[in-house]
Amino acid sequence: MASGRATPYLFLAPFLLLFVVFSLFPLVFSLVLAFHGWEPAAGWSSWRFLGLENFSFALDDPWFWKSLKNTAWLAVVSGVPQHVIALPLAALLHQAVPWLRNGVVGAYFLPYITSTVAVAMVFSMLFSTDYGVVNVSLAQLAKSAGLGWLLPAEPVAWLSDPDMIKPSVALLVFWRYVGFNVALYLAAMQTIPKDLYEAATVDGANAWQQFWWITVPSLKPMIFFGVTLTMIGGLQLFEEPFVMTDGRGGSDQAAMTTAIYLYRTAFEFDDFGTASAMSWLLFIVIAVLTWLTNRAFRTRQEAA
Amino acid sequence: MPSALAQATIVATTAAAPAAGSTLWDGLATGDFKPDPTVGRLTVAAFPALDEIIRAALPTWQRKFPNVELRIISRQFVDHHTAMTTALATASHLPDLIALEFGFVAKFAGSGALQDLRQPPFDATRFQDRWVPFAYRQGHGRQGVLAAIPADIGPGALFYRLDLLDKTGLTEADLTRSWDSYLAAGQALKARSGAFLLAHARELKDIVLRAQLQPGEGLYLDRDGRCLVNTPRFSRAFELAQQARKARLDAKVLAWTNEWTEGFRRGTVATQMSGAWLAGHLANWMAPATKGLWRSASLPEGSAAAWGGSFYAIPRAIDPAQKHLAWALIQLLTLQPDAQQRAFRQHDAFPSLLAAQADPFFEQPIAFLGGQKARLQWRDAAQRIRAAEVHRLDAIADEIVNTELDKVLDRGKDVASALGDAFDLIDRRARRR
Repeated sequence: MASGRATPYLFLAPFLLLFVVFSLFPLVFSLVLAFHGWEPAAGWSSWRFLGLENFSFALDDPWFWKSLKNTAWLAVVSGVPQHVIALPLAALLHQAVPWLRNGVVGAYFLPYITSTVAVAMVFSMLFSTDYGVVNVSLAQLAKSAGLGWLLPAEPVAWLSDPDMIKPSVALLVFWRYVGFNVALYLAAMQTIPKDLYEAATVDGANAWQQFWWITVPSLKPMIFFGVTLTMIGGLQLFEEPFVMTDGRGGSDQAAMTTAIYLYRTAFEFDDFGTASAMSWLLFIVIAVLTWLTNRAFRTRQEAA
Repeated sequence: MPSALAQATIVATTAAAPAAGSTLWDGLATGDFKPDPTVGRLTVAAFPALDEIIRAALPTWQRKFPNVELRIISRQFVDHHTAMTTALATASHLPDLIALEFGFVAKFAGSGALQDLRQPPFDATRFQDRWVPFAYRQGHGRQGVLAAIPADIGPGALFYRLDLLDKTGLTEADLTRSWDSYLAAGQALKARSGAFLLAHARELKDIVLRAQLQPGEGLYLDRDGRCLVNTPRFSRAFELAQQARKARLDAKVLAWTNEWTEGFRRGTVATQMSGAWLAGHLANWMAPATKGLWRSASLPEGSAAAWGGSFYAIPRAIDPAQKHLAWALIQLLTLQPDAQQRAFRQHDAFPSLLAAQADPFFEQPIAFLGGQKARLQWRDAAQRIRAAEVHRLDAIADEIVNTELDKVLDRGKDVASALGDAFDLIDRRARRR
């Protein structure tokens, strides 16, 4: 019989157990691992202390920097449009009648809750060079609509030309998350008091002025939240490029993000120590950028 | 070809002698062995189609070990190797016998987690003449440890579309005489039939790298861990791939993608260099409608190379009694002609056992290849393959070399600086510790 005092702990136990096993332990283990060398297939006998060697190797590794550049490119190109488009879109939907609004938001939200792997596989098929719908449509358009002068004469190698892989992946990421941000902003807009708009109308402000001077400033906390989530998600980008490039990052590793590189370093190249060090370096980058975002939003709010 | 046959016969006679080279299963045909009273369970971890091959050996196993239950854990290819990495790392939930694809032998054999089968009571060296020489060599890891025994091999062949060649007025010899003639034939093919010579220029690099191996060399590093990327083998391989790309002879499609199989179905790719097992894949699911149009040839310029192959290994950390049973099963699967031949007939697992290659099945025509007796050609090719030394950095070195080749093919980087950069990237890893 559990005594009354033990009851809360009993109820907490399932969460605590899962948290310790699947979150806390891996976290601590990877931190310890970052300072060690270990070939897992060789068992514990290969475990040895390396100090900061893994970190210096990673910082000296041209591929680590290349993966960071890829990640930053993808985060910016897929992330910025998410907000630039989601904000006015949400404002537009905010004006719409409720049944239409809910239907449209649902449609935008659907990609977000669909399995990434399924989505990425469908995109791979759409973007296939020889048989993909995108290239077939482009070819048809060039032929029938007389747009041949504007469109590429040869099929575009979306997923095998190193210059096209990144934009293709960014498009998928944008498409997947824009709906999430629309839902976020729409929810926040519903909390803005109507009398602000009424007062503005009385003062003769047009729709654009209302959007720019009332809606956007009122949404600042939500924009901060949304931007932070997008940034963290963008820097941890893994599944979409992984599936679209068959787990290799594509030609010349054009879409090899840091998350993919550190995964491969551990599980394909068998260097768990260096991979752990890279993951902690990535964590530092994310932490610093989050802090900077926080600062940027706070100072502007305080100045306002 | 006669030489391989003769060798197989000699092997078979020596096997019959009850010398040091006798196996547990020697009395199999006559039922001459006594059942072993051992009671227990043997756990085997494998991936398709090896799981099926092992299952097929079950009746024979039970004749010898009626009281030992054979438990087969089957996982998909990638899952299996990940699970084995974890099991070996933690030395928990270890199976008694592990099936390994060649690509993973280096990784696991180098780690010291697998039993050295040269040691007593296994003494596997006494059987070494029975397996295809290169495959036996490939089972070795660091410091000459024999960590894995070959189950099947993938002798390389050049598959080509005879109809496209005929249309262009070319012969098989035009493809195989030399690498230059292969590329020249490709240009004629492209001009007259519109078909690409090959799926991806990278394949050309892969095969040239393997075909020109010198004894003691690994693919990327030698026995002493020296990087070999600055040797002529690499510049030749890169230059040929570059020539193929510049002449637009490759479809820019990597193996095992949808576009790859689609290319075979539509006949847009005229040749494919691969392991002999590709014929089975083409016939069964990739392009069954192209039956009779394909032929198999030896690789160009007299090259010989292996694509894949499977092995069996025993973890070092398990109970010796279990090791004994696992070794008995390895002997059944790799030293018994019956088991090896059945695997070949049913699953295209080309025998690693020389005695199994004397099977009349080898003489049978293959309908998919227009009645060609291609198995004889593959058997001959297997004899000429040279084993590469395996190294723990092979996986990352492979990725580095492929990435630099991407730069050459897709970004116009020159071969010399690409190889120089590849050398630096591999070398800095080889220098660690």
